[in-house]
Amino acid sequence: MNRGTTASILKYVRSRAFPTPFCPGCGHGILMGAILRAIDQLELDFSRVLFVSGIGCAGWIPSPHYNTDTLHVTHGRPVAFATGAKLFNPELTVVVIGGDGDIASIGGNHLIHAARRNINLTVICANNLIYGMTGGQVTPTTPQGARTTTTPAGNPERPFDLARLVAAAGATYVARYSVWHVRPLIASIKKALQHTGFSFIEVLSTCPTQYGRRNENPTPAGMLRALKQDCVTLERAQELSPEELVGKTIIGEFVR
Amino acid sequence: MEPVHKTQGTENRVQQGAELTEQSGWTKVPSALQPGRYFMQGDEACAEGAIVAGCNYYAGYPITPASEIMEHICQRFLQLPGRVFIQMEDEIGSIASVIGASWAGARAMTATSGPGLSLMLENIGYAIITETPCVIVDVQRAGPSTGQATRPAQGDVMQARWGAHGDYEIIVISPWSVQETYAETIRAFNLADRFRVPVILLMDEGVGHLRENMTVSAETSIYRRLKDPMQPPFGEAEVPPMPAFGEGARLLVTGSTHDAWGYRRTSSPQAQEQLVERLVGKIANHRDEIERTHAHFYDEERLDILLVAYGFTARSALGAVRLACAAKVKAGLLRLTTLWPFPDEVVKQAGARARLVMVPEMNRGQVLREVQRVTPQAMGYHRTDGEVITSLEIWAAMQKELAL
Amino acid sequence: MPKITVNTDWCKGCHICVEVCPRHVLEVDKDVFRHGFHPVLVARPEDCTVCRQCELLCPDLAIIVEETEG
Repeated sequence: MNRGTTASILKYVRSRAFPTPFCPGCGHGILMGAILRAIDQLELDFSRVLFVSGIGCAGWIPSPHYNTDTLHVTHGRPVAFATGAKLFNPELTVVVIGGDGDIASIGGNHLIHAARRNINLTVICANNLIYGMTGGQVTPTTPQGARTTTTPAGNPERPFDLARLVAAAGATYVARYSVWHVRPLIASIKKALQHTGFSFIEVLSTCPTQYGRRNENPTPAGMLRALKQDCVTLERAQELSPEELVGKTIIGEFVR
Repeated sequence: MEPVHKTQGTENRVQQGAELTEQSGWTKVPSALQPGRYFMQGDEACAEGAIVAGCNYYAGYPITPASEIMEHICQRFLQLPGRVFIQMEDEIGSIASVIGASWAGARAMTATSGPGLSLMLENIGYAIITETPCVIVDVQRAGPSTGQATRPAQGDVMQARWGAHGDYEIIVISPWSVQETYAETIRAFNLADRFRVPVILLMDEGVGHLRENMTVSAETSIYRRLKDPMQPPFGEAEVPPMPAFGEGARLLVTGSTHDAWGYRRTSSPQAQEQLVERLVGKIANHRDEIERTHAHFYDEERLDILLVAYGFTARSALGAVRLACAAKVKAGLLRLTTLWPFPDEVVKQAGARARLVMVPEMNRGQVLREVQRVTPQAMGYHRTDGEVITSLEIWAAMQKELAL
Repeated sequence: MPKITVNTDWCKGCHICVEVCPRHVLEVDKDVFRHGFHPVLVARPEDCTVCRQCELLCPDLAIIVEETEG
């Protein structure tokens, strides 16, 4: 059985938790599969992997779907909980999964300190630019001008560039990909899992229900198409002019 | 008796061969501290008690008047292999990492003061619903808010009991001396593992910064959480066994309402009812193992006046009782060591023997309210100016009430 | 010919697979409407090159592509 295929990764899931609670076409579901595919290709001992996740749709990626130790904690705090578990038992492979609100808004402080400490964790931030579970409020990664329930006239604030923020804080592996770019995403997750030190992957995900619907792109495939069109690799970006880069998001490995 | 081990220099304290025990249930282990007499500060005694109890994960954040606990543990962990220390970025991170470490198998602790406890409450609620053993020390200071950082108070009694949202039981202990701080820190760890619950050690700045003699015995009784991978970790048994991460238990730990195996049950009234019932019952049904009170000067069947006190104030209360007895007043002191669950029956029976009941405390009547529930005639003596209550002023208040 | 199986219990009819397949192997089954969506029809399995875009981009692990002999 080919490692990394859906047939091969079914052994890692708790079937009774399926079908998943995610909306039809939720990008987080793609990420859920990508993480398992990376683990499958690395042939890791799944029972020694601990997933720590926060509150929000992204927090439900590992809990309860992954059939291994999962720790579903309070909003914004998975990085701090994970720090305790990893420091006490360094034999565990500890992976934190949370959304943009959880990891970078309420959890921002824990994120930058863990990066500063270069704690041997892998943090995967499922960034769908919105607080999805609570109905579609703005987050620190929502693009300026976007409509959300708390920015109905368009977001007046600028967003974080999460990958660069965490790189500046001291992380030693930093990447950004999207759920459309699932193959390089899987390759990046493999690198992050094998990296010793703080690794951070910002995964641009899609929320058709709360974000897409309010921002003129309501279909799952339409949102994936937008990711394909708007993402530009680091290498390619170097060849483009500033005008050509307006509205583009740069993907790739920022620190390795 | 001259103390054998002085506080300057901690190198000679470690007893050889004292290893951390992995065995479930009760065991007696050689004390990690050399037995003998010590002269210690309360905060230091707390740290030493934690070490003897097998604390092997500490995460904290500086705050007056608890910083000494963190600093002392930090120094001592350097000499003790296998124990982890980290200063986290804030109190929330501290308690979060304590809980994460506890699930990785650690006996974990943090120490803070009132404002830090306020920050930690959400995660304390998380520890309650996930039944995570851990010890949280709160060295109380004058509040509210920043208040008077270096001044004593006892204003966190209700916060410690009810601060996290929702319905639950929690264990809160308030020591009155350096010796009791040491012993009760050990008991806090044992109770935490026995009942799979966070235990708050409610010290106050008075005891925390006090220096006194204390004795360390050769052996310590340790209770370690039970393990059984066949049993569900969140149900069936009243206090279920608790595996650690990495043991192959495939744990499903969540702060959402859950069933016995940890699956979220956020729409089920039965699941919510069952879980809350068990979280409350496992403590409420075992008060006999948790309550701890002490009776001083109780010889008389009928007392003129009974004092109910705890923490630093209990020392002054004892002094006031001595003054009263010297003046031929039939006075007694009921000293509370375990504050929560509140020892209703003991207080009620003691109160029934006294004409007057007075509760001196460095707050506006937080324990008084509890005493009044079972002994409505009880009155308080309050001080909230950041000063300790003295024996003389309690005796003066007693005289006033007794119309002497 | 590759064998493509759709787990109809897990599929939610988001149709990402239909739109990303480079060979148009899959179609939306407009004749059926069940559980609030049109399910996916495996229309031309003989055109499948086992690129597995559908597998990788399915949020529900609901589609499996197997290479078979011949």
